[in-house]
Amino acid sequence: MMTLIRQVLDAEQSVRTRDGAVDLANSKLVMDTMDEYGLEEALRLREGGIDAEVIAVGVGPARLREALRTALAMGADRAVHVETEIALDPIALSKVVAEIARQEQAELILCGGQQADWDSQALGAATAERLNWPQVTWTSALSLQDSTLTGKHDVDEGREEFSVALPAVITTQQGLNDPRYPTLPNILKAKKKELRSETLEQFQVQPMVKITGEEIQVKERLRKILDGKDAAAAATELLHLLRDEARVIA
Amino acid sequence: MILIAAEHANGKLSRSTYEIVTCARELGREGPIAILILGKDVVGAAAEAALVADQVLVADRAQFAQYDAELWSAAVAQIASEGEAHTVLIGGSRSGREYSPRVAVRLDAALLEDVTSLRFAKDAVSAQHYTYLARVTEKIETPAKTIVATVKPGSFAAAAPGSNHAEQFDVDLNLPERRVKVIGRSLEKTARISLSEADIVVAGGRGVGSADGFTKLVEGLADQLGAAVGATRAIVDAGWRPYSEQVGQTGKTVQPKAYIAIGISGAVQHLSGMSKSKIIVAINKDGDAPIFKVADYGIVGDVQQIVPALIDGLRK
Ligand SMILES: Cc1cc2nc3c(=O)[nH]c(=O)nc-3n(C[C@H](O)[C@H](O)[C@H](O)COP(=O)(O)OP(=O)(O)OC[C@H]3O[C@@H](n4cnc5c(N)ncnc54)[C@H](O)[C@@H]3O)c2cc1C
Ligand SMILES: Nc1ncnc2c1ncn2[C@@H]1O[C@H](COP(=O)(O)O)[C@@H](O)[C@H]1O
Repeated sequence: MMTLIRQVLDAEQSVRTRDGAVDLANSKLVMDTMDEYGLEEALRLREGGIDAEVIAVGVGPARLREALRTALAMGADRAVHVETEIALDPIALSKVVAEIARQEQAELILCGGQQADWDSQALGAATAERLNWPQVTWTSALSLQDSTLTGKHDVDEGREEFSVALPAVITTQQGLNDPRYPTLPNILKAKKKELRSETLEQFQVQPMVKITGEEIQVKERLRKILDGKDAAAAATELLHLLRDEARVIA
Repeated sequence: MILIAAEHANGKLSRSTYEIVTCARELGREGPIAILILGKDVVGAAAEAALVADQVLVADRAQFAQYDAELWSAAVAQIASEGEAHTVLIGGSRSGREYSPRVAVRLDAALLEDVTSLRFAKDAVSAQHYTYLARVTEKIETPAKTIVATVKPGSFAAAAPGSNHAEQFDVDLNLPERRVKVIGRSLEKTARISLSEADIVVAGGRGVGSADGFTKLVEGLADQLGAAVGATRAIVDAGWRPYSEQVGQTGKTVQPKAYIAIGISGAVQHLSGMSKSKIIVAINKDGDAPIFKVADYGIVGDVQQIVPALIDGLRK
């Protein structure tokens, strides 16, 4: 089982930009919550009796090792870090992930449903296509029996129950489980676990998409906030504003 | 060729497809605009497509009665390569964003996700989209010859049907077997206008107190306004509302003319789905709730009192 780990800005922190690019140099980075769900699910499958290693895989800068260490402390058996400062778009990145999956003979890949930094939903599907595997996205429940995964996932207009034979790529979302926190003994144990470093060169990938600018465009809001102690008066005033000033209601 | 994979429902083209046509027309890259329609009983949608496209390609068959990422991506990629499409445009719905990466890999194309603008100039395609939970506007560029892009709903004006009647062709496809079996589904139908098409969205959070509170306050107000109904993750998880109504990072993204948030705190994951709304209105008893930071209008007060007063005021 392979779980993909990405390191992103802590959701509680505000984004900063400098010279037209997001500046993360002094920001707190954490494992993407979406990836925590994937890792937790893999750990639960293993604890439920599936005889398989859980490998955490990350592609990114040196700092990403922190998130991979966290993955090991949560319970992953080992980790692979493909170190690069190059920002690879998900389609390019999927080539690296698929290659590692082949090397590791993975049969199940868990991947975040949407990256909290690039808001991308593409990595899981692109990896599945490269491996010629099926995919199920946005899963909210998962179980594995005799190489068949069953579960629930969200679709455009509701929920579906599905089943799919391994190998497969599964993408996660909030609500799939409640990820565990690494305990102190496990953090210490994790220091002895294997965290293998690889270089990007051997994968022969080039980014296909270049970021040419990043800007925070905060829409100026009017912020006309009324006191609601007198509910009827506040409601009347708000309706007046929406009708005659904003002109959004008739 | 610019290939558009149409979104449609109940025999009609969805609004998103008309928006994508505008995106294609404004792209600035030559070639005819072809609309591909995958589905079952799509005669009506195909006829509508003929009024806005140069060519309509139709695959009307039982296999397409139900969406599947592998079937859709195989079909779109095959038609794109046979037609030598340099640009493939797909809706930014959940399914569109799910199968488009597979199309990009098959075509060895660059993928631009959820774009709000798209331009071809000087042998490169540039685009904009939102990142960091929709807090950052990012400009991206690719020199790739072939691109696949998903188009964010609501980012382009809907194209008006013209007087031309494009030719329609049936297409032959080599399709893979379905590997993901759907063994049950609970699809949520609503008699209301859909979230992505509504001018006004009334959304409720935990502050409405209960499922009944939601019905009374949020649906009550939406009824008066002819609005769509949205919900936060917190109350979808609590089972008060169906997932199809969820707005946010892991739900739908909306940008209506007015978004009215009732008893919603305004967590970043929720904001990421609605912060581009033209006007934001918030009602919350906590004056420090983050939702007020993005609100144009608001009332600090108890939703149990304010919302019935609003409904009353609208009835008059
Ligand atoms: C990976 C991830 C993805 C997520 N995706 C989403 C998503 O897609 N969409 C989403 O919404 N959330 C999402 N969340 C959850 C999000 O972080 C918040 O927990 C959620 O949005 C909170 O919902 P809420 O505003 O209804 O509840 P709360 O945060 O509990 O807010 C309730 C508000 O109601 C107010 N209130 C209470 N009683 C009254 C009253 N009587 N009158 C007036 N006001 C009252 C309170 O002051 C409070 O501000 C996600 C979280 C994670 C980690
Ligand atoms: N392939 C990748 N995997 C994980 N993180 C990455 C990857 N590529 C770039 N990053 C990081 O994501 C952040 C945003 O990158 P950028 O938007 O290019 O400034 C930076 O911290 C990058 O180092």
